[in-house]
Parts: sequence; C-alpha cells; structure tokens
Amino acid sequence: MSKTDLETTVTDEKPVPFRGAGFLPTPRRVVAPLVFIGIIAFWEFGSHNGFISPLVLPAPSEAFAAFMDLVNSGLLWKHLSASLQRLIVGWTAGTVLGIMVGTLIGLFSVARSGLSPLVSAVFPIPKIALLPLFIIWFGIGEGSKVATILFGTFFPTVIATYGGIDNVDRGLIRMGQSFGLSRLSIIRKIILPGALPAILSGARISVAIAIVLLVAAEMIAAEYGIGAYVLLAGSLMATDQLIAGVAMLSILGLVIAWLIGKAEKFFLRWR
Amino acid sequence: MDLSLRQISHNYDEVEVLSDINLDVQQGEIVCIIGPSGCGKSTLLRFIGGLEQPRNGQVVQIGSPPKDSLNPLTYIFQDFALLPWRTVEGNVSLALEDHALSAAEREKIIVDVLARTNLSDFRKALPKQLSGGMKQRVAIARALSVRPAVLLMDEPLSALDSQTRELLLDDLVDLWSREKYTACYVTHNLSEAVRFGHKIVVLSRRPGKIREIVEIDMALEERKNNMAELEKTQTQLWQAMRDEALAADRELLDV
Repeated sequence: MSKTDLETTVTDEKPVPFRGAGFLPTPRRVVAPLVFIGIIAFWEFGSHNGFISPLVLPAPSEAFAAFMDLVNSGLLWKHLSASLQRLIVGWTAGTVLGIMVGTLIGLFSVARSGLSPLVSAVFPIPKIALLPLFIIWFGIGEGSKVATILFGTFFPTVIATYGGIDNVDRGLIRMGQSFGLSRLSIIRKIILPGALPAILSGARISVAIAIVLLVAAEMIAAEYGIGAYVLLAGSLMATDQLIAGVAMLSILGLVIAWLIGKAEKFFLRWR
Repeated sequence: MDLSLRQISHNYDEVEVLSDINLDVQQGEIVCIIGPSGCGKSTLLRFIGGLEQPRNGQVVQIGSPPKDSLNPLTYIFQDFALLPWRTVEGNVSLALEDHALSAAEREKIIVDVLARTNLSDFRKALPKQLSGGMKQRVAIARALSVRPAVLLMDEPLSALDSQTRELLLDDLVDLWSREKYTACYVTHNLSEAVRFGHKIVVLSRRPGKIREIVEIDMALEERKNNMAELEKTQTQLWQAMRDEALAADRELLDV
C-alpha cells in the first residue's frame, strides 16, 4: 500500500448520513390556533375590503354581534338549554339501552342470531327519514325529538358494545371460569371492563350523530333550540345569525368530544 | 387428593388430537408433560381442570380436596391472564370475591400470598407497570390465594426471558419445598422438565399418546447443583422426542 492510498482513506472519513427522519407527525401546539386565527382574519379582512360580499358570507364580527344579541336578549340560554336537554336525555337513554342490547348480543347466541341482523338492517336508515313517523307516534313536542336522538345513538352503541365484547381476551374469560367465578361476576368484572374502550370510542361517534339529529329534529316544529334558531335565521336570510348558530354547534361538539376524552383518560388509565 | 386420567381421547372434527391417555397424579407430586408443539398437551391440561371436555374418557378426582381449599384445581397461564385494569391486589382479590369471606379474611389472604411471592411492595401497581416475571408472580400469588389442591401450569415460564425463567423456577422449587403442592406442569422446555418434575410424561406428536414416563428420584432442591447428572436424563428425553419434534415441525397446519 503506497502512502497516497493511505491518505485518501483518511480524508474520505465522513459521518454516516441520517436517513431515519420523517413519518412521525408530532403535535405542535401553536399551529392549530394560528390556522384558526389566520382563516378568521382573512375572512374579516375580505369582508371589509368587499371581495367577500356580505350577501354571500357575513363578516365574523357581524356573526359575533349576532351572538352577543342572543346573549343580551337572554335567548341564548333558552335555546341552549332546550337543545342540551334533548341531547342529554336522548343520548343517555340511547347509550344505556344500546349497551344493554349490545351486551345481550355479545353474550347470548339467541340474542345474537335474532337481533344482530335487525340491528344491521335498521342501522343504515337515516333516522331523519323516520322523523315524521316519530311525530305521529310520540307527538310533535319533545317526544319525537328525543326519540330521534335515542334511535340515532342506540344503533352505533349496540354495534360498538358487541364488537368490544367480541374482542375481549378469551384467555381472561377462561381465567375467570378456572377460578370458579359466577357468570355475573365474569360479565361485570371481566367482559364489561374489557369492552369499555370500544364502548367509549363508540360514544364519540354516537355523540356526533346525536348533534346532527338534534338540529334536524329541531328544524321541525321547535320553538327553542339551536336548530330552530338556525332554521329561523336561514328563512330570514339572516346569515350572521346562521353563522353564530353553526359556530355554537361546532363548539358544542368540541366540548363534548373533550369531555369524552377526559372520561377515556379516567376510565382507561390502566392502558 | 389424587387425580386419575382414564382413557382420554379427543378430536376436533376430523383431527384426532389425543388418544388413549392414562395417567395418575398423586398428591405432592409434580408431573411434567412435555411433547412437540401441537401434540395436545395444553388441551390435556384443560381437560384436567375441567375447562374443556374430552370426547372419550374422564378425569377422576380420588379423595376430596382439603376443606379449606377454595378452588381445588387452579391454573397458572402462559400469558399470565391478569386483568389490566386491576392492581396487583385487585387481581388477587378477584379470585376471592366470589367466595364467602369477610373483608378481613380476604385482606389476610392477600397480605399473606403477596408476602410469599415477594410482591408486598407492589400491591398498588398496575400490570402494565410490571415486568413479565413480576406479572407471573402475581398470577402465582392469585393461584395460591385460593389454596389449590392441584396447580395446573400451562407453560408458565414460556413467555419470559431466560434469566427471569431461572429465577421463577427457583421460586417454584422453593415454594414446593415448603408446601409440597401437587402440580401438573406443561412445557416444551426439557431442562425445566428435568429440574421440576418428579414424573415426566413424554407425549408423541398428534395424535398425542403417552410415549414414555420418566421418573426422577433426585430431590427438587438438589437438582440445581447436579445438572450434570440430569443432563443424561435430558438427553434421553430429547432422543425420545427428537424425531417427533422434527416430524411435527414439518406438518402442515390446518389439515
């Protein structure tokens, strides 16, 4: 080996290039607020400059003014409480019944064979299409609105629950049997806690469905409620009120999703 | 309480899994069942504890279990089978909650078994915080809490790394020296079998038949230091199993 050869090997020394970057999106806290503020600022700017016609889209400040009107007139609470009441009653009843029926389907062969085709058949029907029927059955008042939400949340909860039960580790159930636990104990202490993650993620979906159905139901014969407010605004072409109403729905959805996130953190801290 | 397996055979649909198994498990004795994978040794263990029923033959209890035994036939599983949402003490207490015990009695049992398995400091820990070896200790504590007459162990050390396996095997031997429990121990690991079994049952590949029963007289406590002697037995077992294992390995699944 000559001297020059040796030199070239020494000068060729360089660090191994790093190739493993990317494909790992991590949350950046500031980005989301910036996007929000950016869009709203652009929108406001466009409305003031005139290239967004006030007929097409009112400025955010006008929508906010409409919202403040609602607050000052005291109507906000009336609309909000009417909507929340329907949502809470309908969603809770639908979820409780859904968990019960889902558990039956998950555990018993007869219930599974009998009910699961029925659930599959009724689940895809848009419940809004059934609203006229519900009005005949339950009256034009609260009954039909709550029933729509109840039916809308019931089916996804049933499906999430029995899917969750199907996925409970058979080994744990077998362990319960091997220690001579009663059937009820196995259901209460092994199967239901095991299905809880699936039930909670089902709740996320059913809440979104419930909000959609809430607005739809309130658009028919409701005096108060966010849906009624939005409908009235629409028929009066009061687009500022319409945007205010829609923004309230979005915030409602976000708050509920946040609450479910909290519940997941609390109930699933063992994960 | 002794157990006797009488003419057990079993098939899933067309496939014969076990054929004509006759075996006695005497009190205070550890019976190791070894065999190539898929020979039905875990199935056999499930028959012994009544978690599954054989097509033919039966498992008979001879004599009755001690009065204070809450769950005479108790399993320890390969995958630990701990409830991830319960703490260490919660997992032990699960086995006790369905029995008529006062809260104080239950507490006393939990304290006692956790002390015996060196888990007292981990009472409030969740399974996700524990290493594999600790998880299996919790499962052992849970099994001891119901004062079993026979422990049925289904590859209890197979999910652990080799150092942990060694430690836990020592623990099981120590525990046996103190309490002389009866056990059926299913494994595919020959060195575990010669370290732990008074009687080693070699099953053939599917359909599983008893090929050989080897008895080892050396006391369990002495075996750790006399591995050279046991080596012979182990080689002998391996010879019996080698061809079976080779053939089992080459079998197509799902036949």
